[in-house]
Amino acid sequence: MSDEVKQVLPLAKPMEGVSGKTGTWRVTKPVFHNDKCVKCRLCWLYCPESVIEIVDREDAFITINYDYCKGCGICSDVCPTKAIDLVPEGE
Amino acid sequence: MMVLNIKELPQEKYLLSGNAACPGCPEALGLKYLGMALDDKVILVVPAGCSSVIQGLAPGSSFRFTTLNVPFASSDAVAAGLAAAKEVVGEDAVVIAWAGDGGTADIGMATLSGAAERNDNIIHVCVDNEAYMNTGIQRSSLTPYGAWTTTTWTGKKERKKELPLIMLAHKVPYVATASIAYPTDYIEKLRKAASIKGFKYIHLHAPCPVGWRFDPKYTVRVAKLAVETGMWILFEAFNGKVTISPFSRPYQNKERRKPVTEYLKLQERFRTMKPEDVKLIEKMIDDAWKTLLKFT
Repeated sequence: MSDEVKQVLPLAKPMEGVSGKTGTWRVTKPVFHNDKCVKCRLCWLYCPESVIEIVDREDAFITINYDYCKGCGICSDVCPTKAIDLVPEGE
Repeated sequence: MMVLNIKELPQEKYLLSGNAACPGCPEALGLKYLGMALDDKVILVVPAGCSSVIQGLAPGSSFRFTTLNVPFASSDAVAAGLAAAKEVVGEDAVVIAWAGDGGTADIGMATLSGAAERNDNIIHVCVDNEAYMNTGIQRSSLTPYGAWTTTTWTGKKERKKELPLIMLAHKVPYVATASIAYPTDYIEKLRKAASIKGFKYIHLHAPCPVGWRFDPKYTVRVAKLAVETGMWILFEAFNGKVTISPFSRPYQNKERRKPVTEYLKLQERFRTMKPEDVKLIEKMIDDAWKTLLKFT
């Protein structure tokens, strides 16, 4: 072995999207309706993918990042006012 | 105990989006709340398990915590070494051994017990999804009675190991149980554990949609039902003295518990259960409560 063998540390750095655009895994899509929202933040709290962000705007209290949302549907299940609908993908 | 307000929790992302966790993963939730509780002042020691997969492919990692991936049985021994080194260097961080139920109760039991006996300054978090999910749903010693796995086709015939009680018997400074459905309770317990010197053990109940065979949207609902039916008891213990946590307190009274079938029927893994098995589980719940209340 020559002395020029490059030493590479097996280190990984934090990065978004290590598994690619996981939004393509989705079979059902959560759709948010601002008029029913009571701003309880439960969807944000229970989103395992951290794709829900609280923006607190006039037109929307939360935004969902569909690039990475895997469509598990926890947000729609925990929502007390059913402000998040689950729609089959591709409709 | 003061209950945290959701509005006070940090909105930063600790488990980055686009990770390799399955949809509806409870372990991803556990990691998210871990970040909310302790910021990124955390050194994670991860043995083989779902958490090694969730990190994703190098050179990227979905964890924002300093993470060390170690062989299966060694997590607590490595964490103990890191904690000792951290003291020498004077670094202000919390060392956490983050293992699944296999890495805690089966393969990692020896080093876990050793670290507890030496009272090493670490937190061990057992993310209990009640089987070896990452390798294809094989039974572990924390799989409950009657549950289907790929190695117990007709339902498991043995009981679930009472791991929190085993850790209680080690007389460590802090032992607690938590559930992903009660993040404020879990976060509070993590913060308390981080402030105590010595060995801390937290057992996190994490319903896995893939292995337990339920719709991924019900992850939180199933976790909540486990507490409401009394199947999973939230408590914390300082130096062996047990206090039942606020969310579990109503269910000390048997009448206030929901029928256990509500919890079982949501999960396909219990489909092989007969009515007498359900009776047996009900008895097990009563026994678990009776045993635990003796330590209060």
